Amino acid sequence: MSKKTLIPIGPYHPLQEEPELFKLYCDGEIVRDIKWETGYNHRGIEKLSESKTYDQVFFLVERICGICSTSHPFAFANAVEEIIGVEVTDRAKYIRSIIGELERIHSHLLWVGLAGHFLGYNTVFMWAWKYREPVLDLFEMITGNRNSYAMFRVGGVRRDIDESKIPEIQSVLDGLKTKTDLLAGAVMDDPVIHARTKGVGILTKQDILDYAAVGPTARASGVAIDVRKDDPYAAYPLVNWKVITAEAGDVFAKAEVRLLEMYESVSIIEQCLKGLQKSAGQDIALKIKEIPEGMGMGRAEAPRGEVFHCVFSDGSNSPARHKIRAPSYVNIATFKKACIGQTIADATISLAAVDPCYCCTERMAVAYDSKSGKRLMNARELTELSFQRTSEIKNKLI
Amino acid sequence: MGFKDYCFKKSLWVFHFGGASCNNCDIEILDCLTPRHDLERFGILLVGSVRHADVLLVNGSINKRDKERLLEIYHQAPRPILVVAIGACGCTGGIFAEGMTFAGPVDKIIPVDAYIPGCPPKPEALIAGIVKLAGRK
Repeated sequence: MSKKTLIPIGPYHPLQEEPELFKLYCDGEIVRDIKWETGYNHRGIEKLSESKTYDQVFFLVERICGICSTSHPFAFANAVEEIIGVEVTDRAKYIRSIIGELERIHSHLLWVGLAGHFLGYNTVFMWAWKYREPVLDLFEMITGNRNSYAMFRVGGVRRDIDESKIPEIQSVLDGLKTKTDLLAGAVMDDPVIHARTKGVGILTKQDILDYAAVGPTARASGVAIDVRKDDPYAAYPLVNWKVITAEAGDVFAKAEVRLLEMYESVSIIEQCLKGLQKSAGQDIALKIKEIPEGMGMGRAEAPRGEVFHCVFSDGSNSPARHKIRAPSYVNIATFKKACIGQTIADATISLAAVDPCYCCTERMAVAYDSKSGKRLMNARELTELSFQRTSEIKNKLI
Repeated sequence: MGFKDYCFKKSLWVFHFGGASCNNCDIEILDCLTPRHDLERFGILLVGSVRHADVLLVNGSINKRDKERLLEIYHQAPRPILVVAIGACGCTGGIFAEGMTFAGPVDKIIPVDAYIPGCPPKPEALIAGIVKLAGRK
């Protein structure tokens, strides 16, 4: 009978930017079990959303996650437009897709950098983040802010992309292609990176299906799941592109998928820019007077996977209920498969390979007792219990 | 020159505490260290433990769960320590101030020496804020 050692990572650990507690149960060097605790980042966004008007909710959902700050408004816009039953103009579609794909590029570059940092390759970190800067400059030029772009609204977008800006966007994209070549070459051909990432944190196709993982995590294991293809929205059905997959399912495959996706994103943006020139003169936003009663579901492919928003409308000017599911919520569960049996040194890169985003993930969940399988209280039941108690006391007093 | 001024004259080491944030400020802080902005040229270094730090950067709205941790980290910090509240959420709670889990802006929990507003503040603003702290009387 061996003793297990508990190694806590977090909640405020230099490895993570975000607060999150991982408990690695180790036997010598080998990780035998992993548990994680969330809740350090819970902000009650779904509840806040109910107190805001539809126009304001866009600014709120943008701040669910700073890295995916287009994907959440994208999914929310899709959901609200489903309730109304409108389709935005082609020009608005192209602008939406351009912002979405630029975000994918900057997010993947950010991940490559962080992955390099976790492997002890700080050069890769510095390079990737240096190449990310021109993309942020583009964002600043198009939207006015480096992050949190505030581009979306119900029925279209807030700002047009001017004809005069297209050459500059094109030149940044051209520069990006050569830089991605350089980065891909450095990562793909380095023998040390091969040794550290190949065969590490393997997720099989079955694991992906069992845990319902999404995004690059799933695509690296040969599951070609991508909302942009499966449930087309915005300009994605109007342009030519392909879903990138890899078979191995290890950390290297995940890096490969992300790097190759950046090329696809560049190609999508280039086609969208041509689309912009074709659709010149169209309105960028429809005039929406009111939002009828109903339920709408919106999905969007964030850099990390599928973002899902469900909105219930009661005909008023704010959502009656707003449910959000972010990709990391399902992807984090794959840690159980990826990390157990690995050494502690490999656990960090296995954790990072999923590109977990905790600020997306912090939602209210219902807890089950693991022993009896009995459902524990959720927030509503607790408040109901509290109401009950108040009324009892009232009855006693009166 | 007093001891406190002497400590904060140059080469401030910073520790980053990300509360319940949206990640934007965290990324902009990291961005300050990368080649475009390169904070290390001012001797500013991001350290892994608050026990080594001169400055505690706090960003994000602080929720009920973070509050105790923030207090604990503040008490672990060596004195004197400068506290910088970063971003709209750090300064006032921002868009999350009405949230059910919000536990008050940073300055209601620990004393704050400087505020850097913005959502998120640009790296230039962060650098300007921290450099001003280094040169302050």
